[in-house]
Amino acid sequence: MASSSSAAGAAAGGGVGEQRGSPSTSVSERMQKSLEDSVETLLGAFASAANQHTTSLLLELWRDEHVKYLKKGYQHLSSTYSVLDSSRPWLCYWILHSLAMLNQHYSSAVCYRSIDFLSRCQDKHGGYGGGPGQMPHLATTYAAVNALVTMGGEKALASIDREKTLQFFLRMKQPFGGFRMHDEGEIDVRGCYTAVSVAHILDIMVPELLENIPEYICSCQTYEGGIGGEPGAEAHGGYTYCGLATLALMNRVDVLDLPSLVNWVVFRQGAVEGGFQGRTNKLVDGCYSFWQGGVFSLLQRMMPELISQQEGWNGPLLAASQGFSSMSDASNCVEEVAGDETEGSVDVEKEKRTSQRPTVINQFMSTDDQLLYGPLFNAQALQGYILLCCQVLEGGLRDKPKKSADYYHTCYCLSGLTLAQDSASHRINAPPPPRAVLGPYSNLLEPVHPLCNVVLRRYYEAVRFFRHSPPVASYLG
Amino acid sequence: MDREEGEDWEPLRARAAWADVVPIPQDDGPRPVVPIAYTDQFREVMDYFRAILAKDERSSRALELTAEVIALNSANYTVWHFRRLVLEALRSNLEEELDFIESVAENNFKNYQIWHHRRWVAQKLGVGAVSGELEFTEIVLLDDAKNYHAWSHRQWVLQELGGWEGELDFCSRLLEKDVYNNSAWNQRYFVVTKSPLIGGLQAMREHEVHYCVDAIKAAPMNESPWRYLRGLFKGDQDALAHNPLVVAACIEEIRKDASCVQALSLLVDLLCAGFRPTPSDTELLHQPVSSPADLASNVCTHLENVDAMRARYWAWRRSLLPSTTPVS
Repeated sequence: MASSSSAAGAAAGGGVGEQRGSPSTSVSERMQKSLEDSVETLLGAFASAANQHTTSLLLELWRDEHVKYLKKGYQHLSSTYSVLDSSRPWLCYWILHSLAMLNQHYSSAVCYRSIDFLSRCQDKHGGYGGGPGQMPHLATTYAAVNALVTMGGEKALASIDREKTLQFFLRMKQPFGGFRMHDEGEIDVRGCYTAVSVAHILDIMVPELLENIPEYICSCQTYEGGIGGEPGAEAHGGYTYCGLATLALMNRVDVLDLPSLVNWVVFRQGAVEGGFQGRTNKLVDGCYSFWQGGVFSLLQRMMPELISQQEGWNGPLLAASQGFSSMSDASNCVEEVAGDETEGSVDVEKEKRTSQRPTVINQFMSTDDQLLYGPLFNAQALQGYILLCCQVLEGGLRDKPKKSADYYHTCYCLSGLTLAQDSASHRINAPPPPRAVLGPYSNLLEPVHPLCNVVLRRYYEAVRFFRHSPPVASYLG
Repeated sequence: MDREEGEDWEPLRARAAWADVVPIPQDDGPRPVVPIAYTDQFREVMDYFRAILAKDERSSRALELTAEVIALNSANYTVWHFRRLVLEALRSNLEEELDFIESVAENNFKNYQIWHHRRWVAQKLGVGAVSGELEFTEIVLLDDAKNYHAWSHRQWVLQELGGWEGELDFCSRLLEKDVYNNSAWNQRYFVVTKSPLIGGLQAMREHEVHYCVDAIKAAPMNESPWRYLRGLFKGDQDALAHNPLVVAACIEEIRKDASCVQALSLLVDLLCAGFRPTPSDTELLHQPVSSPADLASNVCTHLENVDAMRARYWAWRRSLLPSTTPVS
């Protein structure tokens, strides 16, 4: 039963580039059509599978193959990976995080070697570079810290120089709110996210670091509703996640136009594919399962603010309707929704009864917080895209059919998958109901923290560890 | 990379000019994780680069060496950074640097470092670089019309150095070629809102609404112009809901095709923003309604069916619509 919705999604039709009566087709249309064809072939094979056994098999997450692929890369990468020689902490993070989601434990030898290697990437003035001897960079600092948090344990966590990390961040900070990615480097929304996410985990979120970030990110929200890399740039999934997560970490999502952001992001889910595209009229790509899917996980935890803004936006309709006598009762709609989807539904009534608005950060921090709302996207269809279109038989996950697997896509396909599985949970840290997990229940991955994208259990461990560390002296002085 | 890694590559240790340099191996530790099986060439070039970096040698041979490193890994931001220091120290000809970037980039216009470097060079060259930079991005976009970095660079050039004159036409040309090119729509919005030559969004609104409506008529399922249309009224929902062209285009597309998701979606927003439908509008979905809120609710229900992928969103939108039932 659980599988039927992705097939239904496929049958619904009406893709992004669907053309009607146009004499000549553009590049965008041709590419979209070609992708829809290959996705439909895969979904079609699934839909026509003879029995439940076959469908379950097709929807299985190929754990063993992925683990094998990941473990191999951690020990050896071919020379073609030379182009990622300035992203080695990223490779550590992508692989370790993927393994953690797959509930794999690493030996103490691997931990020891990882800590040793990452320490060699840590700059003596703070921050981590792309490899030993390279300049510190915000993105690789995020990757290194997340890799160490994912491994967990005192040795890994204590290897991070919090004080110097903060000094590095403050050196990259720009007065208007943004951050340079490295000394004299480029400035974009990634900088805000990587700095603030790390600062949050390490408990070094000093006011100076956060100055003008809301204004800067706000200036990057486009007319479409999503967020671009810098002011004026096109709305993009990666930057939208980064911008929204940064503001959620600061509890300042109020500065954004959330109704238009939601409207933009819901339309990024391909009507045929079920996966997410990064931008309007682009092709879906497995990695946006996390960047866009993650946006939904964040939104799910900021529903009071979103609802309040959306109701404000609806204001004129109320005025326009008051002159009319009505025969309908809008509350019926709510009941209908609740009737359709008893679990994890968008329960507006419940929220209206909650007089006190929880802050966003509380929604992320507390282990026993209730999730009052289901997701606003089609979590089943997303799982369908990841499982049926992104898995590679030899192990690893990919962007889309006909592409090959890589560690980046493996990490973000799995991150998106776990968030999608978890989106129907009623409680943070409680397993989702079986029907929320597409395919066999053994597909269920370890839950991750949607703001920092590390496995939850390790997130809590790290936060506890750093909360009990002494305050950073550089800021006090 | 393949191009550079030819058999005719002469090892640095065999070159007389490098005889005085002691290469520094990478400090990977005894048993590194994620080890890359570097080629001999990659390893040696990096070892010499580390030596030069350690000495902070800003010389012409250092400049040549950075070029060798970049050819092997153009994402190495440390090398680019050092190259800029060397270029400054040598007071190098930056026009030549533009050629260098193009030779490196050829097949790789998707990394941050190349574009950041390009921006740095253009900044140094100043206003004189405008036409070259616009031309350069145009060539990149010819091949990859949605290249994010190229568009960002182009926006930066326009804002920092100028060159707005032909930009709206440039957008029109690209949209003529591919009306689904959302990057070109985004650029159009950028020009309309930021160009000092145009007079801003208010002045251009009517013109752009016409342009947009034409694009919608040509391809009603194309999301880009629908979003652009809303964008033209950003922060002024009231004007959107009462613009006769917008309303007419929306209603017309629904009349032509009652499953046109983009038009239905706009109709919900128009109603939320205070659009008062005529009696004939309210029968669009062939169901009697008694108020705009009723119609909005019906359109949402309809969207739950025709736009099944977003059913949860439409149900949620519907649940937040104001109830018009008198409080009893």
